[in-house]
Order: sequence, then structure tokens, then C-alpha cells
Amino acid sequence: MEHKNWNGFVPGQWQSSIDVRDFIQQNYREYTGDSSFLAGATPRTEALMKKVQSLFALERQFGGVLDIDTATVSSLTSYSPGYIDRENELIVGLQTNRPLKRGVNPFGGMRMVKQACEAYGYKLSPKVEEEFRFRTTHNDGVFRAYTDEMRKARKCHVITGLPDAYGRGRIIGDYRRVALYGVDRLIEEKKKDKAQLGAVCFDTEQIRQDEELYQQIAFLGYMKEMAAMYGFDISQPAANAREAIQWTYFAYLGAIKEQNGAAMSLGRVSTFFDIYIQRDMEAGILTEEGAQELMDDFVIKLRMARHLRTPEYNELFGGDPMWITEAVGGMGEDGRTLVTKNSYRVLNTLYTLGSSPEPNLTVLWSTRLPENFKKFCAKVSIDTDSIQYENDDLMRPIYGDDYAIACCVSAMKVGKQMQFFGARCNLAKLLLIAINGGYDTSSNMAIGPQMEVMQGDKLDFDEVMKRMEVYMGWLSHLYVNTMNVIHYMHDKYAYEKTQMALHDTSVERFMAFGIAGLSVVADSLSAIKYADVQPIRSAEGYITGFNTVGEFPKFGNDDDRVDLIAKDMTHRMITELRKTPAYRNAIHTLSVLTITSNVMYGKNTGATPDGRKNTEPFAPGANPMHNREQNGALASLNSVAKISYDDCRDGISNTFSITPAALGRTAEERTGNLVSILDGYFAQMAHHININVLNRETLMDAYENPEAYPNLTIRVSGYAVNFNKLSREQQREVISRTFHEAM
Amino acid sequence: MVQGRIHSFQSLGTLDGPGVRFVAFLQGCPLRCGCCHNPDTWDPDGGEVYTAEEVVRRALRCRPYFGSEGGVTLSGGEPLLQRAFAAEVFRLCHENHLNTCLDTSGCFDAETCGNVLDHTDRVLLDIKYTDDESYRRHAGCGMEQPLRFLDALEQRQIPVTLRQVIIPTKNDTEENVRRLYGIAGAHACVDRVELLPFRKICQTKYDNMQISFPFGHLPEPDAARMEQLRSLLGTYGG
Repeated sequence: MEHKNWNGFVPGQWQSSIDVRDFIQQNYREYTGDSSFLAGATPRTEALMKKVQSLFALERQFGGVLDIDTATVSSLTSYSPGYIDRENELIVGLQTNRPLKRGVNPFGGMRMVKQACEAYGYKLSPKVEEEFRFRTTHNDGVFRAYTDEMRKARKCHVITGLPDAYGRGRIIGDYRRVALYGVDRLIEEKKKDKAQLGAVCFDTEQIRQDEELYQQIAFLGYMKEMAAMYGFDISQPAANAREAIQWTYFAYLGAIKEQNGAAMSLGRVSTFFDIYIQRDMEAGILTEEGAQELMDDFVIKLRMARHLRTPEYNELFGGDPMWITEAVGGMGEDGRTLVTKNSYRVLNTLYTLGSSPEPNLTVLWSTRLPENFKKFCAKVSIDTDSIQYENDDLMRPIYGDDYAIACCVSAMKVGKQMQFFGARCNLAKLLLIAINGGYDTSSNMAIGPQMEVMQGDKLDFDEVMKRMEVYMGWLSHLYVNTMNVIHYMHDKYAYEKTQMALHDTSVERFMAFGIAGLSVVADSLSAIKYADVQPIRSAEGYITGFNTVGEFPKFGNDDDRVDLIAKDMTHRMITELRKTPAYRNAIHTLSVLTITSNVMYGKNTGATPDGRKNTEPFAPGANPMHNREQNGALASLNSVAKISYDDCRDGISNTFSITPAALGRTAEERTGNLVSILDGYFAQMAHHININVLNRETLMDAYENPEAYPNLTIRVSGYAVNFNKLSREQQREVISRTFHEAM
Repeated sequence: MVQGRIHSFQSLGTLDGPGVRFVAFLQGCPLRCGCCHNPDTWDPDGGEVYTAEEVVRRALRCRPYFGSEGGVTLSGGEPLLQRAFAAEVFRLCHENHLNTCLDTSGCFDAETCGNVLDHTDRVLLDIKYTDDESYRRHAGCGMEQPLRFLDALEQRQIPVTLRQVIIPTKNDTEENVRRLYGIAGAHACVDRVELLPFRKICQTKYDNMQISFPFGHLPEPDAARMEQLRSLLGTYGG
């Protein structure tokens, strides 16, 4: 198949079937040089960004939400076109008709939408409520099917943050397909798939798929309509770089108009765009400045994306995040790097537009990345605290070289795999429930198998482990079944037709489970094993505290005695989860990631044997507990690196804060040393790291004087936030984290 | 098995030698410098006992981070107070192809330190003052000792970084820095000179030990002054 808009591209398999990876491989040009070619922001970009900054300031003044359209249900074509500055925008399209105005999306659940409107002083239009009165939302469906035990587990917070009242997200449409093929070709291919279905037999799964394809095709049509409202015809392939970016953005915009999923990630677009930019430059119709402008405008649009959330939701996922994660760099299977000039340009937006949490720029690190690119990334980290790193050498053998990251750390092949998001269970609370024989002393509820509270004046390690096994088995079974209910209902009542239209019809599914409190549990079990842990009992006979006497090894010091306990817990957990089949034959995966919910999880968990006090926050993700690291940063990294990615295929998040002084004396030394640290960490097959290079004093000052730091960005747990958008409690927790300092 | 006393480890050292380094702070020091920021390392009987093998085992855990420049640094305290131990650690480092760096005051007869220097890839030599009187008054040894040590390093052709803590009213003069520059210039082995600002965050250590911080009453030098002084170092400033 040929198309005039493909002129100049190297032909290949990608023409006869939908295969963006093949297009990239045939056409991209690797770049191993340094950053000196980059252009700065043009006056146009600066003027536009100034407008955007003042809109952001206004949004802050309005308490975090600038405006809500309470009368229109968000979808692809439900709003008239919106602009920031129509004449001066290179890439267009907003979620609603005005910048930063949020739409309502009740498909996930009506209650959340009503509460969110009320929290910001609005009232949901009765018209919308009326419209949904005879309609089942995802939330309605889930609660029709939840068992009493599932409700209890949710209520006592042993499983929390489940996507049962909002969009599940974590699905990445291959938005590039719209640019490469145009929507008409995508519809044509989907129609072919639909016609083939049922040729052999028509069972439940195929009927469901048949209806899903119907929806996918319909929404590809709406996507064209949406673009037409902005004056663009996206039925055909993009003809140049500006169109490629615009088409791709329209596809993404359609997805976030239709869905309010927790994480709405972008995928891996930079190197794809580079091919169009190269072609235009060679044709003499685009300059370096012009290319940077296009990327800047695209990124401005991404920075303006918003969803309407409740205050309770923000407690879990602080900072109003969208997780517009863009995977940058990495290596190809043929040994060439996938770094292009446009990998630099997308990172350069942190300079041209200033630092920012979104898009969630994620560098796929390989020890074989070009040295120049490594240094540039390290410099950007040191300057902006806005990027995260994930191990390409670990993921490429599993997912190939065209995977991307959903949310923070969830890898998937773009357009070929998706996941059912499952938040996380509270492993530290589970330990306490196990010790108390099925009683949660934080919520005063009996839950799980009922047995005697553990006896004796000292906890015995083997007995505790035996207990833990029983309760992990119980929780895992309950967790999988709960997820099965949620995702059955999400598919039924809030199916992601726009995003799934940008996947292959036959898609591989993951079911992503998670754990919180790993370092608390590891240190607690270590205390039980190596020190004397004497339980303190309440009047009712429940264990509500511990008197821990003696020293014990702590996670974060590269000490196998405790590190292997942490590793073992993740292995046991995934092994237990796999015993219960997952909906739609999904593959069970596990993450050690908390977002900002480590604060909330801690709040709902009693004192633990490691010395952590009642309600005290957990460390985020797979981090060691704050300030228990006694041998410096590398020992801490080594501990986390021991947790196996084979057990935790949904990612192992580590957030690392270091003072500039501890990285070296000169800027050059700091850059070089950060590169060495990243190389060393990932050479050990560690999975993820957030890098913050800053002084605790900066955060303390920002805590007291927020107006002086409107754009202070920090990495928290798999994503970045604007520090000022965190709750006071979350801010305090971030300040209390370990900052690796010079001695 | 050779054992030694260690105050603490820093797995990520970026300030004591080139690149990313694993630093072991050895216990015990014969000097009593007024500006010392680690008074808790003075007592030769303090710290914890480790074998040289254990130290190197820990260092090897950090090898992936060392890149082409990094390695192991022995600091303190004064590592040469435990010469046999330091020598064994460095010998084992070299056996494992780890770069070694010695952070010392040089207040020793170099001949007695031969076993250490045989396996030392770089010395960070602390030249505390550039006049004998200050040395004797504020450090507790004479100036000829570190200079003789430097001559020995010159003979052995071991690369040297000279270091000096800049203390207002004690040595924050251009004259002092020029003399330091002169010492560097007279030794081909010196390829770098680092001026470090006097810092008082260690006050709490003195408080905890219930002893007085001799220079606790002095101010920290300001950044501009440090830059001025550093500018006198020319290419040695790195």
C-alpha cells in the first residue's frame, strides 16, 4: 500500500499492516552527539507560555480547580473547540471549550463526580444526573457484585485505592497510529477484524469482542469529528511533522476526553516524531527552532490536561497527576540506540518551558546509551528534578524495543498489551492482622480467617511467618477476585473504546497487583528474627504495640539478612496471587509502588515491630524507611536492587534524593557521578529510580513560603509533582525522607 | 586476618578522590586540629572492628557504580595510624582491580608507610597550613613532616591532590594560598589543589562528646572569598 504522504519514507512491512515499530526501525536516525544543536524558546513560545503560566497561577488561586463544566458529560465531541491563543498555537485542542476547565465524567461513578463538584463549590447539573439515572456506571456495577468480604477489605484499608469508583487508566493507546495511517485506514483494519470474528464459533468472549470492535470503530469516527471541529481532516496520514504531532495529539486528546483513568500515559512518541521532523528538515521546510517550537507546543498542551478528582482521591494520588508518561531513549534490538535529536528536544522542554511534573518524562536507561545522552539526562535531572529512569536492559528482552511505560513503572508493548490496574494491598497491615488472628486494630474489625491472637511475651519468627503465609493466601485470593469484579464491570460499563481502537484487536492483558509497606514488613520481620519483639496487648487482648529490644538489620544497608526477607515477601505474594485465575486470562503482575498513598496507608496502620509508630507514614514504593540507611546511598540502592523484576513485573519504584553537594564539587563532577550511579544501579538489574538533586532546606522553605516556589517540581514515587500541589501532610512526609548528604 | 577499627562507611563518596568512591573512615587520629569535623574519630579504641576482607567485600558491592574513575578511599581519622590494616585493605583492592585513594595528614615517616603506599593510586594530602608555627599551634605536629611525606610521594610518583581547609583568620590569606601553590609547583606529582571551606555543622558532635570545639567561635568563609582564593590556584583548581 502506498500513500503520497509517505513519500520519502523507507517502505516496509509497516505499509501492508499496522506496524508502527517497523516504520520506526526502517526510518529513524540514531543520534549520538551532544546537546549543542538544541534551540531555545522562540518569542512566540515564550509569549504563549506566559499566558499558560498566568492560567496556572489563576488555577492555584481558585484552590486548584479553575472551572468545571457541570452540565456537559465529557466525550470526544461534546465541547466546542477550545484554545489558549488561537492565532499563536501550533498544536491545537483542549479537553473542554476553555483552558483548564474540567469536564465531568460520570461513567466511572456518579458519586465521585458529585463530591468532586461540591468540593470545589460547584453543583453537578441535574440534567447530567437525570441522564445517568437509568444508566449503570462502572461503580454501580462493581458494588452490585462485591461480596461482603470485599467490602470489608476495602473498608479496613487492607486493599485500597482500587479503581472501583473512577476510570482505571493504565492503558496506552498507540496514538502514533493515527498520524502514520490516518483514521480511515485504522477503521478499515478494525472492520476486517470484526468481519473475521465468529467465523469459527461465537462464544461469550467473541461476542464481547465483537461489540467492543463496534464501539472502537464508532469512536474512531468521533475522533475524526472532533478533529474536524478544529478544522483538521485526520482521515489520511499526516503529511509533515506538524501534522504528525497534531494527529497524535488528537488521538491522545480523544482518549482523555472519553476516559478519566488514573494514569493516562502517552507512550513513546519522541523518536517517532523525529522521523517526520528529519524529513521536513531535509525538505527545507523546518528549522531546528521550528522543530523545538512544535515540541514545545505539544508539551504545553500536555501540561494543560486535567481531570476532576475528589479530595479523597488526591490523598492517594497527590498533586493532581495525569501520568502523561513519555518513554524516551532506550536501545533497539539491533543494537542501535533509539535516542534521536527529538529525544533531546522533548527533555529540552524542561528548559524552554521550565520544569514541570507533566509530561512524566521517563528515560529508558541502558548502560549502552550514548555517553552524550547519559550526561545530558543527568544534567537535566540535576537542574530540574523532573525525570525518572527505568532499566531498558531489563525490560527490552521481555517487551522488545517498542514498549512504553503506563503510569510510573508499568511496562507494556505499545498497542499490543494493556493492563487491568489494581492499586495495592497493605502488607504491613496484613502482618498486624495475622498476628492478631484476623483482627484489624486500626479499624476495629474482624477480617480474614479467625484464630487466636499470637500468645507469649516474645514473637517467634517461624510462627509469625506461618501465620503470614495463611493470611497472604487468604488476601491474595480475595484480591484477585475483587479485581475480577472491578475489571469485568469496567469493560462492561466504561470500556476504553478510543484507546483500545489504537491497539491490535487481539491484545495481551496484565492484571497488575501491588503492595505497600514492603520496607516496614521487611524491617519488622527482621526485628522479630534478630531482636526481641515483645507484644503489648490492649485490654481486649489484641496486640496494639511492640517493645523491640536489641539491634536488627534494616532494609537499605545492603545487608542480605533483611534484604532477602523483602525479596522473599514479593516472591511469596506473586506466587499466591497466581493461584487464582484472573479475568480475561490476564497475566498476574506485581508492583512495589505507592504513589503518595504511603502517607494514607501509614495513617491506617497501627504500630509495627520495626519501631514505626501508629499512623506514621510508610516509605514510598520500595524505598527503605527514612533515615534507617546507615551506609550511604549506594548501600541503599543495592538493597532495592535485590528485589527481583521477575516477581514484580509491574515495577519496583525507588525514589532517591541527594543534595547537590553530595554529588560532587563541580557541575561537571556532579553530572559524571550521577551517570556512574545510574549505570551502577541499572547494571545490577534494578528497575526504576526517581532522581531528586536538592537540599532539604529548599523544601522546608517552600513549605513555609509556597508563593516563592510556584514551579518547584520534585519526583515522589514514579511520578513528579508540583510541590505546592501536595497536601501539607504529604509535604511533611517528603521533607522527612532520607536526603543523601555529604559527610 | 588483619583487623582494624572503623568509624563508619560511606558507600557514595564523591568528595574524597575522583569519581564515585566507597569511603571507609578509619578510627583514631594523632592530631588535634582546631577545625576537625570528625572529633568522634579521634579515639583509637573507638569504632568497630572489621577485617580487611570485610571492608573490601563491602567495597566490591559498590564496584558497578565506580565507572572508570572511582574506587575505594581510606579516610578517617588518620588511616596511617592503622598502617598494617590500611595496607592489607589496599592490597586486596588491587588484587580486585579497585582504584585506591588515601586521605591523610601525612604526619608520618613515609618509610614506615611503604606497605600502604605500594598499593596507593592517589593520595589526598591535607596541608593544613603553610607555616610551621600555625602547624604546631593548631594541628599538633610540625610542618616538615607532611612536606617530607610529599617528597616521598614525589619519589614514588604517586599522583597527589593537595587539600586545605580555609579557616577565617587562620589561613584565609592570599599569601597562604600562594605558598600552597608554591608547594604544589615544586612537586610534579601534585596535579590538583582543593580548598575546602571551614564548616561548623560538626558542632553537635563536639557537644555530644562534651568537649569544646576549638574553632567553634570562628566564622565560616563566604563563598566569594573561597572563589577569590581558588582563582589563585590556576590549573591546579581543576
